[in-house]
Parts: sequence; C-alpha cells; structure tokens
Amino acid sequence: MAASGCRGVRSILWKYGSCGKNFCVSRSKTVPQLPVRQICVSSSLWKKNLAAAGPQKFTQEFIDKQVEEFEVGKRHLANMMGEDPETFTQEDIDRSIAYLFPSGLFEKRARPVMKHPDEIFPKQTAIQWDAEGRPFHFLFYTGRQSYYSLLHDVYEKILAIERHQDKMRNKGLFTSETKQILLTGSRWLLKEEIEEYLVENISDHDYVRLIQLMEKLLSMPYCSLEEEFILKFRKQLEAQSSKHEIPALQYDPQGVAFSVADGRRKTAKASITLRDSGSGNITINGRNYLHCFPLLQDREQLMFPLHFVGMLGRFDIEGSVEGSGHSAQAGALRLAISRALLSFVSEGEVERIRQAGLLTADPRIRERKKPGQEGARKKFTWKKR
Amino acid sequence: FAKKIKIVSITFHYINIYKKLSKCKICYGNLTTFNLSCPFLSQTYHSERHTGQYYTLPAAHIQKLFPHGLPPRFQLQIKTFNEGCVMVRPPALELISYLKKADYSKPPLRYILYGDVGTGKTMCLSHALHYCYTQGWLIVHISDAHLWVKNCKELLPSSSRPSRFDQPIQASQWLKNFKITNERFLSKVQLGYVWTKRERTEKGQPLGELVDQGVNRMKSSSDVVGAVLRELRLQAGGATEGEGAFKLAVAVDGLNALWGKTSLKKEDRTMCEPEELTLIHNVRKMMKNNWSGGAILTALSQTGSLFKPQSAYLPSELLGEEGFDNMEPFVPVSVSNYNEKEFESCYLYYLDRNWLQHSHSRSEEGKKELIFLSNKNPSILERLCAFL
Repeated sequence: MAASGCRGVRSILWKYGSCGKNFCVSRSKTVPQLPVRQICVSSSLWKKNLAAAGPQKFTQEFIDKQVEEFEVGKRHLANMMGEDPETFTQEDIDRSIAYLFPSGLFEKRARPVMKHPDEIFPKQTAIQWDAEGRPFHFLFYTGRQSYYSLLHDVYEKILAIERHQDKMRNKGLFTSETKQILLTGSRWLLKEEIEEYLVENISDHDYVRLIQLMEKLLSMPYCSLEEEFILKFRKQLEAQSSKHEIPALQYDPQGVAFSVADGRRKTAKASITLRDSGSGNITINGRNYLHCFPLLQDREQLMFPLHFVGMLGRFDIEGSVEGSGHSAQAGALRLAISRALLSFVSEGEVERIRQAGLLTADPRIRERKKPGQEGARKKFTWKKR
Repeated sequence: FAKKIKIVSITFHYINIYKKLSKCKICYGNLTTFNLSCPFLSQTYHSERHTGQYYTLPAAHIQKLFPHGLPPRFQLQIKTFNEGCVMVRPPALELISYLKKADYSKPPLRYILYGDVGTGKTMCLSHALHYCYTQGWLIVHISDAHLWVKNCKELLPSSSRPSRFDQPIQASQWLKNFKITNERFLSKVQLGYVWTKRERTEKGQPLGELVDQGVNRMKSSSDVVGAVLRELRLQAGGATEGEGAFKLAVAVDGLNALWGKTSLKKEDRTMCEPEELTLIHNVRKMMKNNWSGGAILTALSQTGSLFKPQSAYLPSELLGEEGFDNMEPFVPVSVSNYNEKEFESCYLYYLDRNWLQHSHSRSEEGKKELIFLSNKNPSILERLCAFL
C-alpha cells in the first residue's frame, strides 16, 4: 500500500518534476522501483554503543608514556617524603600515598593507588598483521594463535624426545631410569593463569587438552631434557603454610610450664593461660566452665583442640572472655586454646592442627543492614501494586 | 601368733558378712565391684569403704516411700533399668552417721544439704530417708516445696483464718502420699483435739481417720495437714516405749521455697507472700526445733526456685536473711560433683547396664571425653549418657 502510494507520488513528481527539478530525474534513473522510506532516527543511535566496542585499546606509545610518567612521579614522591629516590620501593610508595591521601572508603580497591602501569593496564596483544594486512603468525587464522602455537610447541618437543629416544636405542644406550623431574610441591598453572600467560581467552576444554598434552610429555622417559620448559607451567606451592606464631613456653616459679594465647570470634575476645600437669580443670572469668557454658555444643567446642591432640586430662585452663554471645565466646576460646597448644606440640602436629582448621580465625562477622531493607538480606513486604 | 589369729578372725568376720550378703535371698546375690545388692543388711553396714558403690532400693520400698519423692529423671531411669540403684556417697553417709549418733530426747537437729546444681542433693536426701524408713521412723516428706509456691490453679481463702490462703489440690495430694508412706502408723497414733468450730475429732481417734477426712473433703485439706503436723510434733518425743513410740523424720526438698517469693497472685492482683499460704505456714512451724524425738533433713534447690540467680547455691544466698535466721542453728552438709572413684563407678554401672551403646564410649578416649564434657557433674553426665 505504502509502496504503491510512493510510486504514485513518484509518478506525480515525474510528471510535474520534469519541468524544474533535476534531481528527481537522476534519482529515478538510478533506482526506478525501490521505495525510499523515511527512517525516524532518534538521538540515542548517534551515541556510541559503548558495550559493543569492547575493552579500551591502549597503544604501545601510550603505555610507554605512562611508564615514564610513573618513574618521574616516583622520584617526585620520594623527594616530597624526604627519602632517597634511588631506593624507593613499591611498599614505600603505598605507604606515602596512604599518608598523603587518607581515605575513609571501606573498599580497598577504591582507594587512591599509584602502581606501575603494567599492573594497572591490562595486557593487550599488539597488532598482529603488517601494513598490507598479512598476519605475522602462521596460526593467526585459527583465531587463538598463542594457544595453538603453544600446543604446537609442546608436540614438537614430544617428537624431538622420541627422536632422541630412537637415537639412544640405536646406540644401545637406552635406559628407562633417567633423571625424573621433581613434581612434588608444585601444581599446574590454573586456567586463569594460563589465560594471563597467553593473553587470550581459552575454554575449559582447551585447558584440559593442554594439560593432557603436558602429561603426555611428562610420561616419556627422557622428559628431563625439557625440564625448564615444563617448570614454566608449574607453580610452586608454598612450602609450609604454617606461618603461625607459636607463643613462647614460659615457666612458673614451681617449674610448671604454661603458655598464654588470645583468640577472637565475631566480637568476642578471649585470652587464656594453659598450664601443664593439671587435671583438666577449666575456669573462665572465675567461674567453672559448666556454669559459663551450660550448652553441650559450647563445651564440645572447647574440647575439640585438646581432644584432637589427645591431651584431654593434661592441662589446666584459666581464661577470660568478653563480648558477643555464648557461641562466639566458645569459638574465641577454642582458637585461643589451639594457639596456646602449639607451644606444647611438635612440628608435624602443628601442621595437622592447621589442616584441621583449628588455627584459622573465623572471618564471618555480622553483615551490615542496608537502607531500603529490613535487615541485611530481608526485604520489606513486596506489594504487587 | 595372737595377732595373726586376730587378723584371721577379722577377715573371717568380713567374709561371713560378705557371704551373708551374697547369699541373701531377698535381693539378688552378686557382689560386683560397684554393686552392693542387699538393702536390708547393707544399710547398717554402709561405711566409708562403700563409697562409690551402688545399692538397690527394693521395688516395694520405692512404691511406698517415694510415691512422689524421687527426681523425675531418676524415676525414668528406674523404669528403664527395672531397678532403682542409688550410689553411696560421702554426704549421705555423713548424714546417716549423724542420725545414728544423735540424741533423740533433745530437740531435733536440722541438716541442710547444699551444693551446686545437679550434684545430687535430692538423691542423698532420698538415701538418708530410706535409712530412716528401714529403721522404722515416721516419714513426713515434702518432695518439692517449690511446687506449693508456684503454678497453683486454685487458691481458696482459708476457712479457719481470714488472712490465709488454702491450696486444696496440693494438700490433698500430699495427704494421699503421706497415707501411702506411713500406713502402719495411721492406726497406731492417737489423736485428740478440736480443730475447727464445724468439724471436731474426738479424743482417741486414730490418725488414719483424720487423714481420710482431709483426702475426702478437699476444702479443709490444708487445715488437716496443719493438724496432722501438729499432732505428730506433740507425739513424737512422747512415749519412748510402748505402742505409740515413733521417731519423726521431717524431710523437705527445696527448702528455700519456704522463705522466698511466690509467683501466686491474690484476687486483687497483688503478689502473695509465703506466710499467707497455710501449707507453707504449717511447714515453717515444723521447721522450728521446739519439739523432740526426730530429725529435720532438708535440701536446698536452685532449679525450681523463683527469682534466684543460677550461680547461687550457698544457704545464705538461697534462703535469704529471714530463712537463714529461722533455720539457724543447722548442720550444713555440702554435696559436690563426683570424684574420680565415684565417676568410675557410675561409668561402670552404665556400661554394665548397656546404657552406653556407642562403641567409642567403652574406650579410654571416650571416658576422657565424658569426663571433660560433664566435668563429673552427676546430672549432666546422666543427660549426656542418655543419648550415647
């Protein structure tokens, strides 16, 4: 309908337009029958579609300039703080910024920060094709060139090792007992870490394939030739995570050993003295623990560290607690007892206690009540209208 | 040589006793490390070396003596194990030894058992009361005075005195229990005086009739209670020989209820004082030592008490000033948690009765855990073992 209407209009224009309007003639020549519809354009279309543009791209020169500015700024900061610019470390920078720009914000990541541009700007790949549009890398058209090139390298190494094996066999020097790579105390890099290394996104399936290929490389007898390459993809685990401070063992005038420790949970603070060669008496705030904790659950919490180590009847405990409720107080006391026990116990036991979770301070605290809601999570009654 | 013979004869003597005990036909015979099972003979033989051992209360005695007297959890235990076994403990032995040595021509001694919550005061009281029963005393046992000062549905103004309040239900209940306990005395004790304008009891009437009257007519039951107590007081030290002779044992559990506050309200919504309750008033009169020929055994109790903090357990704290002054002078007997030996005995008893089903509780580790979690408190240990 509309089209015929337009055609009708065009024909009228064609009839009456030929006298004066040239452009009508030229338009009708090029596009005789296609309708031209007036599109209503709103101002929102003229704005940039920010989400579709992707992450902001920084050029290499921009990043270099940022690095220069950072270095200069570092020296200025050192001068301002009255310290030596040559030996001004990142920790000193953080300290100075926190001093010069004190912030009351709770979110640590929102506070002012001055760090090296490499840490701030995300790593980006450089332009991967030359002036004529030809890509540099031969695997560019796979879409994920660094991932596939990595797989390619690993497979090349496997082939190289097989050739080496054949050579040794020919010489008659083939042995299965070759130097093995030590893999204990390290783990494969996680998917996120590999993504960071390749500056590319990979899927879970790809990650599993990569790990399988590396395992295959490891299974060959002469894999120690590529030890350095493989260790690049293994991360060392922290040797002993028991960086807990063991409270010092002190001695009474009578020669009885005792240790003092603190513990905290929620808002309750506890501090205890653990005495050796006792009979299992526990006094809290001057009262027997049966009076303080009539609930069995709380007494079980107190019992757990001693029971785990197997020294139930051996110690006398004297403690004081304040704050919060009965459950939090029991938790605080438990933490304090476990910490005090560390000084009576051997290294291996300390590791066992740590793995049992007795030394971790429970980080849960009361969640804040938000405005517009009844409590932390509870909302007001929802009314449909 | 003479010494040897002496030693031998003493050991023979003990062996004979043991033999007697183990062959006793009334009870069942095995004398295990923790179980003394001859109530009749062993009562008089209970001594310090028996601490920690259990002895059985015969079922007939439990029915008669303690229709209402034992703690509810212990009654459940009796039902489960089909027997009532009580542990012999130092406070009870102390009480019994005092009772043995006391002079009954003088005013009665007042014994107060006090201690922390759940340490076994009521049980010790029951043990001592059982001893009195086997010796043939007349028992006046108020199982829990706290029940008379709270949760009372009916409060009637007293018929005899205008400012007092009666509790007919509680009074009649108590009279029934009294009847069951002291059946053999009801026909022996003679009465006689006029106690209300309306009802009279002539001289020479046996006590049983009075008690029956009180049970049947609920309205006057509280006054009957008062009369009964008064009569017993007058007659207890009376005749030392002859038919009417008896020794009176007054046992009150939850003594602090008599001098504390009540949770009962009068009709005009004001709080009731304990003095205004007839039952309480009469029991208070009983507590005074202006009579002779018996003993007053009492135990404090924080568990049922009103308006008292949980940490209070000493007589001065629980009785208050008034109560303390009234009860002075008294013999305090303290009851505490189990010691090592007693705990061991209790643990073995539960094992023997297969009460501790969990396999871990049979090990040393399990025992240590039980010690820690209960801190050797009898009631907490019992509750703990109940679900193991």
